[in-house]
Amino acid sequence: MSHRARQLKVSSLARVEGEGALHVIVRDGDVERADLQIYEPPRFFEALLRGRSYTEPPDITARICGICPVAYQTSACTAIEDACGVPVGGAIRELRRLLYCGEWISSHALHIYLLHAPDFLGYPDAIALATDHRDLVERGLMLKKASNAILELVGGRAIHPINVRVGGFYAAPTRAQLDRLAEQLRPALDAAIATVHWVAGFDFPDLELDHELLAVHDPARYAIEGGTTLRRTAGASFAVDAFSNHVVEEHVQRSTALHASLDDGRYLTGPLARYTLNHERLSPLALGLAADAGLGDECRNPFRSIVVRAVETVYAVEEALRLIESYYPPVPSYVDVPARDGVGHGVSEAPRGLLYHRYGIGADGQVRSATIVPPTSQNQAAIEDDLRRTVSANLHLADEPLTRLCERTIRNYDPCISCSTHFLDLTVERK
Amino acid sequence: MIGVGNEYRRDDGIGPALIAALEDRWLPDVKLLVSDGEPARLIDDWVGVPLVIVVDAVLCEPSTPGAFYRTDVPLHDHGHQDAPDLESHPHTAGSHSLGIPDALRLGQALDRVPQRLVVYAVEAADVAFGTELSAPVAAALPGLVHAVVRELTSLPQ
Repeated sequence: MSHRARQLKVSSLARVEGEGALHVIVRDGDVERADLQIYEPPRFFEALLRGRSYTEPPDITARICGICPVAYQTSACTAIEDACGVPVGGAIRELRRLLYCGEWISSHALHIYLLHAPDFLGYPDAIALATDHRDLVERGLMLKKASNAILELVGGRAIHPINVRVGGFYAAPTRAQLDRLAEQLRPALDAAIATVHWVAGFDFPDLELDHELLAVHDPARYAIEGGTTLRRTAGASFAVDAFSNHVVEEHVQRSTALHASLDDGRYLTGPLARYTLNHERLSPLALGLAADAGLGDECRNPFRSIVVRAVETVYAVEEALRLIESYYPPVPSYVDVPARDGVGHGVSEAPRGLLYHRYGIGADGQVRSATIVPPTSQNQAAIEDDLRRTVSANLHLADEPLTRLCERTIRNYDPCISCSTHFLDLTVERK
Repeated sequence: MIGVGNEYRRDDGIGPALIAALEDRWLPDVKLLVSDGEPARLIDDWVGVPLVIVVDAVLCEPSTPGAFYRTDVPLHDHGHQDAPDLESHPHTAGSHSLGIPDALRLGQALDRVPQRLVVYAVEAADVAFGTELSAPVAAALPGLVHAVVRELTSLPQ
């Protein structure tokens, strides 16, 4: 059949994780509501997991997000190990952190260079940016390539890593393999540092959010693959297993999304929360760069999230090199985690924010219940609030430029949605 | 051979399903890859390769689920970078990604393209959550396998 015989209207390539639509209702010149329908919560996966073996969630939940599979695998493993009463530490934990650093570098480089920077430089997309500033985009791709090397070596492959299992890894890389990886990572550190200097020079609109911030906290280091408590800006820290006492997901009638609230309040997770709550755990190099880039003790401007991502990228490259330096292969590469009747909790810091998993497991090793609270559903209310303000302040604009502005607002949060690129179906109902 | 898609989104899994079907075949010198379509990785996967075949699902209006369309993408005609059949559409968007047409344009801007690129677009009926292909898309799989195998094995040695 000749494809040319027919005009195809391609309405979607299908890796959507929800429909991207923003519905704004304006009454008498005021924004009454701004409803964002962006994200499909992973309820399909929660249902799919029930009745499966307790060893399966790391592989199955990795498919929820193409950009942060390691986050899903890590939170899943931690929660299952917690349910079975087998905490995993030592060299296996360090290898998990190394793999997770790969995901941070990969996700942050993609977002900074291909999605976010064009907004600040007045380009419609990364392709136009690449045409004028090829060297800049090449630098971003070089960072991505270095991170893919981590994901491929430690995770088994760059997308949907297959080397992760409950209790650890199917196989641990050798010292020699990691030495070769370090060779590739060293130039990436210079690229990451240059990235901070570059984005620090962007123009940032004035905006300070007053939402509460929530992040995983590790007293020993900048929390990535796990931590001891959940830290917040307006209240006492709480234990990971108390997550559900504080965070409640509610079904919102207008969309399929679940909106999360923290003790009934709107809150935000992700780079701004991590930096504000944990920046003192960053490395001296990353902290120095943050200060040079104008970040203080807190960062509440969502436009500046690109600076935090750049600083975190430096930290993740440094941390990966440090982990490689002190690496010794765990023998065996996993610990046995026998099934037992119980409930377990796991948190980690996905590049876009806190990811919580909870599993109930039976003595027979079957998953009885699964709850997954991804960063995007936690951040949804904060994103909507930001959109409401943005639309209110720019109602004079026509729909087309207003849509671009809303897309930019959403991109500040790097959510797990299609409209991170150029995809927002804006409806303004003027009454 | 790159199968783009997500096997947990029903017909979006046609790319990975095709790769799975090819894994049992004797295809020397052919590398089989499953991809989420993320452009930075796609252009790394395909740069300089003599022939790259990409299979992906598309939603079309009007729709004939299971129909597939082959495009031999012109790569070096910089005056017309957007191949007509891969035209980027404002509502074309994979999650986080810029889509295959944008990966191609990015690859062209950075001189990271394969020597030859053929895209098979398979019309999807259903990309809701689920692990099974819809009946018309599943029925299209053998024909699709036949078409790409013929193409992969007719390469000049």
